[in-house]
Amino acid sequence: MDKVIIAENLSLSYKEFETIISKASFSIDAGSFVFITGASGSGKSTLLKSLYGAIEPRGGQLVVGGVKMNRISTSKLNFLRRHVGIVFQDYKLIKEWTIEKNVMLPLIISGYTKEVSDPQVQKLLGHVKLSHQAGKYPPELSGGEQQRVAMARALAHNPILILADEPTGNLDEYSSEVIWNLLEGANTQLKTTIVVVTHRIPSSISVPYKHFHIEMGNIHEIA
Amino acid sequence: MKSLKNHISLIVALFTVLFAVQIYVAVDRTIKAYETRLKNDYSIIVVANKTLSPDEFKAMDSIIDRSEPIATDQVLQRLQGEMSKKNLELLKLTLPKFYRIYLSRFPTPEEISKLQKRLQKNSSIQRVEGYAQTHDTVYKLMLLFKDVVQIFSIAIAAVTSLLILKEMRLWQFQHAERMSIMALFGAPVWLRSAVLFRLAIVDAIIATIVVCIAFFVIEENGWMDLLLNTVGITIDLFDFLQDGIRSLIIALSVSIILTMTIVIGNDEEE
Repeated sequence: MDKVIIAENLSLSYKEFETIISKASFSIDAGSFVFITGASGSGKSTLLKSLYGAIEPRGGQLVVGGVKMNRISTSKLNFLRRHVGIVFQDYKLIKEWTIEKNVMLPLIISGYTKEVSDPQVQKLLGHVKLSHQAGKYPPELSGGEQQRVAMARALAHNPILILADEPTGNLDEYSSEVIWNLLEGANTQLKTTIVVVTHRIPSSISVPYKHFHIEMGNIHEIA
Repeated sequence: MKSLKNHISLIVALFTVLFAVQIYVAVDRTIKAYETRLKNDYSIIVVANKTLSPDEFKAMDSIIDRSEPIATDQVLQRLQGEMSKKNLELLKLTLPKFYRIYLSRFPTPEEISKLQKRLQKNSSIQRVEGYAQTHDTVYKLMLLFKDVVQIFSIAIAAVTSLLILKEMRLWQFQHAERMSIMALFGAPVWLRSAVLFRLAIVDAIIATIVVCIAFFVIEENGWMDLLLNTVGITIDLFDFLQDGIRSLIIALSVSIILTMTIVIGNDEEE
């Protein structure tokens, strides 16, 4: 099976001599559903950041979607990010844009025409049950609704990989259920690789998944 | 409201740059017109011991446009009562020939000096009067005025460019969140910064229109014409097509270059 993420002796840190992840080796198969857990401050989000190039590996090697993340050029990083969907705990929606345009963002960046993007955006807004809010702006929506918009945006361009950082951390039960259903749907139907960083794996999850746990800077798989 | 304030700040700054440039252009145009007027009024007096044709004068220096003899009859008439007719005739024969020489352009002091030397080399020419002192004063005053306006315009353009740069930094901070989100989804620099370029271009166009309106009002008002007429100059201070296009190019260049400076600077910081 193809590997979407390969890490060999990966070390991550923000400052020198302050290692957060130390010499970790792991790989993630294409089409798999992966949870990364760990205590607060264990380095879960740092690891996720390294997967979309927000921080560079300090040591070892990291390959995401066939792209080497060590000393990656801006153009290569942009190329990778155009094939990855990211869901943040704080949503990261563009406040001045409508919900519709926010969902369209990855399609705009990839250069899709309005004729192609419009139906895709409408379909996704339907999936996240927000078709009626399409013309509104993010501050007019609740936290749960905003996260559903962020979820729709992450799926808009049919990415090969979705990285989600505590996607249901602050959400109500209904919104959490919509998010998990969408992630499971993308994984089973579109074979998208899903990597979720979370404190707790939801009990409702129905797809087979891998579980990595971070402790004291080490990553180990839990069977 | 905040956005309108930002727009106005940039438009005013760009307007100041364009206004300074246009003032410089107008002064340059006025000085050129004044030079033409001075050239038409300015002449060199030559005293020769024999008749010289206009072609002979022209052959002496390319700057010479034409020459005309100065009639001596009036001077001789004044002496009619004091001298006998015979002596007067004799004087008429021995009197040197006087010529007024007009030039093809308004000369620099060096050109006058060179021309005087060339004329004096001719054995037929006894004396050349270039009125260099008067010429120098007017010419140097004119150049001084031109230089002062030029320095003033450059200073204004430099200070306002710094203000524009500062204003654009503010824009960049305002749009930083949006730009960083776009970067997370792989947007290239030009796409992330498209909004900054769009704002800069719109404001450059508005500033150009405002400058054109300002100069149109000045031109239509007529008080500048009145002032220029007092020194014998009649010119169009503002050429809508030529100056309008120049202003638009300058405004677009300044705003786009400064936006690029901000964008590239920011990209390197990232």
